[in-house]
This record gives sequence, C-alpha cells and structure tokens, in this order.
Amino acid sequence: MSMAEAIRGTGTREVLLDVNDLVVHFPAGRRHGRPSFVHAVDGVSFRVRRGTTLGIVGESGSGKSTTAQAVMRLVPATSGQIVFGNRDIAGLTGRALREVRRHLQIVFQDPFSALNPRRRAGDQIREPLDLLGIGTRSERDERVRRLLAEVGLPPQAADLYPHQFSGGQRQRLCIARAMAPEPDLIVCDEAVSALDVAIQAQILNLLKRLQRERDLTYIFISHDLGVIQKFCDEVAVMYLGKIVEQAPAAEIFAAPRHPYTWSLIAAAAPPGPMRDELKRRHLVKGDPPSPVDPPPGCRFAQRCPAAIDSCSQRLPVLGAIGPDHYVACHRLAELPCLPFDGC
Amino acid sequence: MSALLEVDNLNVSMRNGSGRLVPVIENLSFAVAPAQTLALVGESGCGKSMTALALMRLLPEDFVITSGRIVLEGRDVLTLPAKQMRSLRGSAMSMIFQEPMTALNPLFTVGDQIGEVLRWHQGLDRAAARSRAIALLRAVQIPAAEQRIDAYPHQLSGGMRQRVMIAMALAGRPKLLIADEPTTALDVTVQAQIFDLLAELQRSTGTAILLITHDLGAVAELADEMLVLYAGRCIEAGASEAIVTAPRHPYTRGLLNCVPHLAVGGPPQPWVDLGEIPGMVPPLGARGADCAFLARCAQACDVCRAKPQPTLEPIAPGHAVSCWRKTELAA
Repeated sequence: MSMAEAIRGTGTREVLLDVNDLVVHFPAGRRHGRPSFVHAVDGVSFRVRRGTTLGIVGESGSGKSTTAQAVMRLVPATSGQIVFGNRDIAGLTGRALREVRRHLQIVFQDPFSALNPRRRAGDQIREPLDLLGIGTRSERDERVRRLLAEVGLPPQAADLYPHQFSGGQRQRLCIARAMAPEPDLIVCDEAVSALDVAIQAQILNLLKRLQRERDLTYIFISHDLGVIQKFCDEVAVMYLGKIVEQAPAAEIFAAPRHPYTWSLIAAAAPPGPMRDELKRRHLVKGDPPSPVDPPPGCRFAQRCPAAIDSCSQRLPVLGAIGPDHYVACHRLAELPCLPFDGC
Repeated sequence: MSALLEVDNLNVSMRNGSGRLVPVIENLSFAVAPAQTLALVGESGCGKSMTALALMRLLPEDFVITSGRIVLEGRDVLTLPAKQMRSLRGSAMSMIFQEPMTALNPLFTVGDQIGEVLRWHQGLDRAAARSRAIALLRAVQIPAAEQRIDAYPHQLSGGMRQRVMIAMALAGRPKLLIADEPTTALDVTVQAQIFDLLAELQRSTGTAILLITHDLGAVAELADEMLVLYAGRCIEAGASEAIVTAPRHPYTRGLLNCVPHLAVGGPPQPWVDLGEIPGMVPPLGARGADCAFLARCAQACDVCRAKPQPTLEPIAPGHAVSCWRKTELAA
C-alpha cells in the first residue's frame, strides 16, 4: 500500500452505514398561527465504510448530535433512509430495532451523567448483554472482566460505583459498556470534549487501538478541529442542519473550499502570522442564527463573507468537486482555491 | 515597570472533614505588570481557579489562606477590611467566569446587571448608568446594543452572554481583569472572537489580564508570561513564547504533546499515538513532600525519588523550572 492509500485507503471497503436525505424536525409551537419547526437536521446524506472514522464537525446547534442520535434511532427521523448493513433501519420498531441496536452503540459527552450513580460499574457494562440476551451468566461475567482490561481498568473496578472513578476512568467505563455487545459502529458524541487534555489523549489512543484490533467503525463528533484531523478518515462539516462540505481528512485540511470550513480552520489554526491572515480573511462574526424555520437560501449566507444576493434566495446543493469531495456553495467557481502558503 | 499585582508565597489550604488542613496551593509567587497578560496553565485540580478566587478573596467556606501576601497597587489585599475589599472587587480588579450561563442573574436584564456595577462603584444615576452600559455593550461588539440592554440572559446566545460578562467586568475600569477559562463554554469561531476582543480591549484600556486556561497552545500568542501549575505548585514559569517553544519540565512537555494541533496545508499524516501523560493529578490530601509529578513522570530517576519537591530555579533568563533533572533534560 502506498502512503496515500494507507491514509485514504477507505474507498474499497464495504459501506456499513448509508444515510440518505435524513431530516429531523422538532415542533416548536406556533408562530403567526402556523406550526413552527426546529430544523435540526435538514436533508443530510453520507456514507461510512467499515473500519473507518467519519468525523462530524460544526458549532453547537449545527445538528451534529441530532444526526448521530437519529442514526442511533434515539430521536425519530422525520424522513429519510438510514441503511445499516443492507437494511433501512429508519422505520424499525420493537424486536427488530433491538436486534439492530446490538450493532450500534454510543458514547456520550458527559461521563458523569451517562452512568447510573446507583449501580456498580460491572453491572452497567453487563446491562447491554443482559438486555440483549447475549451469552450465559458466566460468559457475561467473563466478558465484563475482559472489557475492563481492554479499556485499561483493573478487575476490581467492576464492584465500584461511578463516583469512585475519575472523569477519564468513567469515560473508559462508558467505552467498555458500548463495546460490550461487540457492535460494528460506535458513535462518539463529543466523547473526549469534557476531559482534560492529558486524559483526552489517553482516550483517543484507546479508541484508536480498539478500532485497529476490532475493525470498528466510528462516527466521531467533535467541535475540535485538531482532534478531528488527527482521528478521522473522512470529515463532514455541518452548519445549521446541513452538510456544507465533506471530504477525506487529508484533503479538507489541505484544500478546503467552503467559506465556513475556512472559518473553522481560521479559528483553530496554530498561532502565528498565518493564522492572523486566515482570521482576517475568513473568520466569521457573530453567532449562528436560530434553526427555527430558517429562511430560504444558503443557511450560512447571513454570516458568509462571500455571500451575494442569490445566496439568500436559493439553497445550494452538495455537489462533487473531486473524488469523495463534496461542497454546497453557489460561489464555488468564483472563490479561488486558496493555497495556505499564500498567507 | 513596577508590578500591578504581586503574589508572594501564597499558601491556600482546605479544611477536610476531620478539621485537618490539606494544602491546595503551595508557595505560589508571581507578578503581573500593567497592560500585560499572565496565563495560569494546568489540568483541572491544579489550583488555577482557586488562585483566582484567593486573589478576589472569594474562596469557598472551607478554604483558608494560610500564609503569603497579595499586593495590588501597593495595597495588601489580604488585610483589607471587608468593606474596602468590596469596593476593590469590580473596580480595581474584576473577574470573568467560565460559565456565563450561571454567572449572570436570570431575573435581571443585562442592563440592570451592568448598571449595578456602575451605580455601586461610580455613583452614576440610573440614566447615566444606562447610557454607559449601552456604550459598554457596543465596546464588546454586541449588535443592536440599545435593544439588547433590555434583554434577559436567556434571550442571548452563549457568545453574547460571555460578551455581557466581559462588559460587566470592564464596567468598573479595572486595573486587573481575571479571566477564568473565558471561552471553554463557547464555540470555536466564537472563542476566537472573544480572544480577539480581550486583546483589543487590553490595547485600548491598558488592563492587565490574568488568564486561566488548560490549553497551553492557544494562549501562547495572547499571554506575555506563563505559569504552569501542577497539583497546586508552580512547576515552570517564564515568557510564554519561551515555554511553548522550549518547554523544560516533563509535565509542560507532556501537556504540549498530548494536544493534537491542527496542521493546515501540509501533507497528510498517518496515525501516531498521541503523547500520553499516564495517570492523573493526585487528589487533595495525597500530595507529599516529593515532586508532585513523580508518579506520572517518564523521566523520573533516583534523585527525584530521594529528594523533596525541587524549588523553582532559573534555567535561562526569565525562565524557571522546578525539576531535579532540569539541566540534563534541557540538553
């Protein structure tokens, strides 16, 4: 395998998850006599190949967590397909849904609220096995011991309660619990954001090792571009319920095209003259607008430094501009493909 | 330039359940000059926020300052009577808290909360306080300040709330602004805006800033000087650029290595494990006389185990380290 393939080598692998035009709207009361909706996710499509990591990045309110929760079937999808394996799971209920959940697990942001304070750690890791009826009683105990060892905790940890662990150890417990039914896909919803930097590095290394050993597939949600670049094979940038740009990690940080991606990069670039120049050119002002009944046109038009009149009238569609590189922007052709060394 | 704030050998302890004093901050000394920024860096549990609260004399009930001096503009903060201390807070020094959601009062409008500072410290009347508050909101780049002044905190976004906090902290024209992780609760693009705003306000007002953060890389350009804290002890101090480019203490190096920094424009990099600092910060009460970082240090040797915590000693002009192996490791 060449270097480029080793990094990008995702193209030939089987598609594990294929999300098509996913829409999640939440009712938000009535406005001017008409029902009003929060457009949390508004027509999102992406694919994740087995053994790879898709990073979803965006500011709060961009719909990254809702997308992940809809994929997990934790919030109902308003419309769209969620094809997992070879099966649309968007409409599954009851026993069939439970059967699929065995293959889909999630690790949440806050390990303090994701664990039950009144149950022992071992029981919480065992719970998915009990609920899904996996293995015999003694096999489950054995698997709990093995899982604890895999996430770097001693076997005695099984008898302790969550408050007896530190934040990083609690996140290890959450990972062990997610791994218990031997899932194919794990959603990490800001799984390292609440941790101290030194602990964050420990957890990222652990997740990567588990991925290598078990060919795990991750959807990795974060607002930290440095972590996303390091950890992900493929990156989707979301803004107000839409994917505005999607590309392999190697490409999106070398040649970003959407003005919002530029802005995120400008905010996260390492200090120095290049960052000052990036910020001057690209950093957006203000906060993202409300996702309740968004106006027609590009969602980013209000804050976009390159917006023209037509941007706020028509919604741009996500179009391919290269292999695996998609951008939704009306002004793509006019905006120069800026090199970084120009700064 | 003479220092605005001088902290000399500060020791803070916590009274635990059995009434014993457990050290929280040990022998901390630093100085901040006018119009300069000093950053306090470290993981949670290292005493950064407690240092800030000690400066403001706002420590929680069980925490006591056992020794040391805090001198602000020649006045000893620790011996001031409560009334004078109250007039100092919010005017000579003020604080921006981490969580603008909980630091603002949900029952009062933004204008009331900024106006309170102005009426209390500057004796302005209601109308004058209001027009000054509008000017402050404009200074922190809040659009439509005339309308936003009547907004309640819940009607504002996180970035806006943090701007209101900054406006409030600046209302009394403080000489020293303490910013306790002012951007952790905010989105990345908003974080960059807030840091730019702080830098700009500092240029125009000459305020000294004490910036508390856990992200060493991010503060390098904002801070002139830096203090790295570990388990309540200062383990490295100096000019921030020197520390970031040539960290000497193994902990500082670890902190810099474990953060994946965005690299733009370059060729793609395959996965290499991030530098880890194994274990975690020792909890309060489990900190002995020996080097606090000993248990997590990959470079620890017999000397470190045999001797107590080394003192902070200069290794280069304006750069001090608390490590027994500092000269060997510097090579």
